[in-house]
Amino acid sequence: MKFSLSWLKQHLDTEASLQEITDKLTMLGLEVEEVIDRGAELADFTVGYVIEATPHPNADTLRVLRVDTGHGEVQVVCGAPNARTGMKGVFAGSDLTIPGTGLKLKKTKIRDVESNGMLCSEREMGLGDDHDGIIDLPEDAPVGEPFAPLMGLDDPVIDIAITPDRGDCLGVYGIARDLAAAGLGTLKALDATAVAGAFDSPINVHLDTEAETPGACPYFIGRYIRGVTNGPSPKWLQDRLLSIGLRPISALVDITNWMTMDLGRPAHVFDAAKVAGDIRVRMARSGEAMLALDGRGYELNEAVTCITDDNGVIGFGGVMGGEDTGCTEETTDVFLEIALFDPVRTAATGRALGIESDARYRFERGVDTAFMPPGEEIATGLILELCGGEASHQVIAGGAPHGARQLPFRPDRVASLGGVEIAADTCGDILTGLGFEIADGTVIVPTWRPDVEIESDVVEEVLRIHGFDQIPPLSMPRSEGVARPVLTMGQRRERWAKRALAARGLVEAVTWSFVSDAQARLFGGGGDDLRLANPISSELTDMRPSLLPGLVAATGRNIDRGFDDVALFEAGHTYADDSETGQALVISAVRRGRTVERHWAEQPRAVDVFDAKADALAAIAACGGPADKAQISADAPAWYHPGRSGAVRLGPNVLAHFGELHPRVLKALDVEGPLVGCEIFVEALPAPRAKANRAKPSLKLSPLQPVTRDFAFVVDDAVRAEDLARAARGAHKQLIADVRVFDTYAGANLGEGKKSIAIAVTLLSYDQTLTDAEIDAVGQQVVAAVVKATGGTLRG
Amino acid sequence: MDDINELRATLLAEVTGAADLDGLERVRVAALGKKGAVTDRMKGLRDLDGDARKAAGAALNALKNEISEAIEARKEELGDAHVEARLASEQIDVTLPTRSSPDGRVHPVSQVLDEIAAIFGDIGFAIAEGPHIEDDFHNFEALNIPPEHPARQEHDTFYFAPGPDGERKVLRTHTSPVQVRTMQSTDPPLRIIAPGRTYRCDSDQTHTPMFHQVEGLVIDKSTHMGHLKGCLHDFVTAYFEVDDVPMRFRPSYFPFTSPSAEVDIGCTRKDGELRIGAGDDWLEILGCGMVHSNVLTNCGIDPTVYQGFAFGIGIDRLAMLKYGINDLRSFFDADLRWLRHYGFVALDLPTLAGGLTR
Repeated sequence: MKFSLSWLKQHLDTEASLQEITDKLTMLGLEVEEVIDRGAELADFTVGYVIEATPHPNADTLRVLRVDTGHGEVQVVCGAPNARTGMKGVFAGSDLTIPGTGLKLKKTKIRDVESNGMLCSEREMGLGDDHDGIIDLPEDAPVGEPFAPLMGLDDPVIDIAITPDRGDCLGVYGIARDLAAAGLGTLKALDATAVAGAFDSPINVHLDTEAETPGACPYFIGRYIRGVTNGPSPKWLQDRLLSIGLRPISALVDITNWMTMDLGRPAHVFDAAKVAGDIRVRMARSGEAMLALDGRGYELNEAVTCITDDNGVIGFGGVMGGEDTGCTEETTDVFLEIALFDPVRTAATGRALGIESDARYRFERGVDTAFMPPGEEIATGLILELCGGEASHQVIAGGAPHGARQLPFRPDRVASLGGVEIAADTCGDILTGLGFEIADGTVIVPTWRPDVEIESDVVEEVLRIHGFDQIPPLSMPRSEGVARPVLTMGQRRERWAKRALAARGLVEAVTWSFVSDAQARLFGGGGDDLRLANPISSELTDMRPSLLPGLVAATGRNIDRGFDDVALFEAGHTYADDSETGQALVISAVRRGRTVERHWAEQPRAVDVFDAKADALAAIAACGGPADKAQISADAPAWYHPGRSGAVRLGPNVLAHFGELHPRVLKALDVEGPLVGCEIFVEALPAPRAKANRAKPSLKLSPLQPVTRDFAFVVDDAVRAEDLARAARGAHKQLIADVRVFDTYAGANLGEGKKSIAIAVTLLSYDQTLTDAEIDAVGQQVVAAVVKATGGTLRG
Repeated sequence: MDDINELRATLLAEVTGAADLDGLERVRVAALGKKGAVTDRMKGLRDLDGDARKAAGAALNALKNEISEAIEARKEELGDAHVEARLASEQIDVTLPTRSSPDGRVHPVSQVLDEIAAIFGDIGFAIAEGPHIEDDFHNFEALNIPPEHPARQEHDTFYFAPGPDGERKVLRTHTSPVQVRTMQSTDPPLRIIAPGRTYRCDSDQTHTPMFHQVEGLVIDKSTHMGHLKGCLHDFVTAYFEVDDVPMRFRPSYFPFTSPSAEVDIGCTRKDGELRIGAGDDWLEILGCGMVHSNVLTNCGIDPTVYQGFAFGIGIDRLAMLKYGINDLRSFFDADLRWLRHYGFVALDLPTLAGGLTR
């Protein structure tokens, strides 16, 4: 909402400075976004008098000017065709920056003639597009003084943000009213003198809406004015509109815009000659159409409140008028519409038509229901004043829909809710100043404040005027003692896992929660219930079924930046369906390229499935999950390499997937491998056992040295290392402390379809040193157990 | 005896004269070996008798010990020299780079979340979470935003296609639905923060379709706006780790709070750089207010008994302000250069005792 300082002062009698006014506006909740003070910006550009203009000795199109700046005489070389002796123009001295071009002026020589400064065009001053010549100032312009006031540029324009509740401040008058209530001046009374009608309006108004859609347009005041002349509006009105960026059109149109911007009271003027019969307000019928004032045709539906005559629709209620009944230069008789439209239905009308207009903006937020008659009188008065003519009696249909709202108000709520003690009398004064009436424990809300709906809104009004800055801050009461931990197990696990993966060299990324439909399908998603109806781009349409597509795509972007070795992880949610339970916390990591960069002492190798498996197990362990007890199975979803992937599980419960990404998936994502990844399903991890205290299990150390024996077995290719190791581990539960697979081998000498797996078995006794015989006996048990479990043989 | 003295002198000279360990070994064998000079003399003892044998034996034993010790001493000398000589030949270029070690990072958003949790946890706020795909009730209706409310237009909501029941689900436009869920499921008094991802259909220089918010909610019988101001002031001071952060509470409007305020913090802007703290400019960082009685009622809490405040802060924005990050969009681009620069090492876990930031 824009307005100029002088416009505000038309309603507010105040001595306050611009700074005081803008500060107060912001602290009233009318946040100042920008102050455009052209007068201050252009203060250094002054009126210069051209003492003499002579032709440039070396250029036909240039002139050499002797300019009286008011502070001495300077020589200026000028190329403008209208530069002439005796004129007054806008002088810019050396070292000034020209607003329109951004160039800094320097003392210079143009074709060997010295030039100090320049006389400026409108475009150079940033005032318009005119660059045909320099600005011609009036003859009486005071030489040496700033030129801006002469062109009406010394009126600062204030732009404020209006929150959706403050419809009352969508007119300059309302803003002045709030400032006056806050003690920044006195509100000047509006002149809403009743205009006596001279005849009965030939056009009547019928509110057909009120039978079936009561409240859609409960109140309409019209007036027929005949014999008007619709020329350009006067300069003061044009200047006002221009100052806030509105283009003057004609007196009648400018008056309606003025009503909207000055009083927040939208109005419309029909060319009465083009209105057939009476005016009826009703809901539109599907299939009806209208050409609106914006020059566009609209198809209507039943959601649209419309103004009609005998020929059809002539206006969209509260939104926009029709082109066919609009006023032109030839208009002589008009019908003025001051109507009240329902906020919700106005929003529906605007949405159905896709029209944003100043009128809709105000009706949606609620206009002053009591301001209909004065508004109508003011509008009629303006038309008569600016366009002449003769007014009919008012045409009144319906009436103000409800009386003023009455709310309970206990002044002590200012302290108990607002946190600041304000005496009841002071509260009363503040509220009265805002237009509230105080009556016996209640307040009557002014009609222009439909946003004040409950007692706390009244408290807010008191606090707002008193100043939020007057509320003393108070720290929250603390519970006694030391603060207790507040994170849930899931939150703690997420944090542990993030830091564990970062410690493993992975870099945390945050990627979008949505991916493209194609990406979603690659990772088992793409369901209709997870596709956005209004995505921001075709690349971000589906809620992600996995974190991998985002991470793989991010890897691709980093490869494109020249980083071939990438290690990224993310902790975030995936979406299996649109329900609350479909959302799952997943931690996912990808590694691509080599494990290390080329190095003089290290041999880099390509990342492989075991890097992904290690990441998965590390994250599970960091979460306090059963990384050591979990089983590994060779099954993983279709986006993994079928032979180089697996699952970490506890029985049927899958804790994680890991593996090389399927080449088809990488190709579709346009990323070259090798690339491995894992997905850890944090919520699938079993809850840790509840413990009474944080004590660790007691440490049991053996005084004896462990003994290690190596075994190698030849087994079928299908035998899994983990099964073999588990069999060995189970051979002697008391003495076998650890079994570790340390080598695998496959070669022709072992036979077709065979491989060798070597294990190191560590024996540990707690009471006596093991004899060779005892060690051999356990060794035989290990061999027997492995042979039984795997069908293999001890490798000789 | 002269004979022995002479032998001693000779042998000691030989020991001292041995140039290396091999030479010394030869000296040892020549003196103390089976056929060595001293051993020979020892063998000659049996030809002597009585006291003479006793005296000569003692002298020879002393000589043997003395030579042995001299050899050992010389051996140590020569050994040291040998090691030194070997070490001298083993020089390498220690300016070569070390082997690589893991060099991961935690994203600034995660770090800031941990900082926020540390601060609010200390004030007794629990951390609540909720679904990103929300229904209209939790994202709007319960928060006093009916379908035709003008505030809805400012939310740039992402919608899903209508389900079988005709209802369109939405991506939550703020973390406020978690307020609703918490109030529905838990009896007051309540102190929670609810951080997480939020979504708006908006994308430009300063907006991304996904961003992070943290919601705060306090409900009890006596918490008022003074507490709201104090709580946020305590948070901002702790978070920015600056002694004096001026704050400005401006009246504003949110459908779910009354009174409502927006909060600015003091800052200075110079040469494109923003510094938080006492300065000549203000920067908006959050919206807040006292929970609207309709919201309490919608969530099954009696507004004549309970009251409290709520606030919502942009986490990404907090991270940008504290750590001098310029571009919001870069948060979600996963550019390794950016992540390594603005990210945090794994051990940078923020604590109140140790300071949030190193």
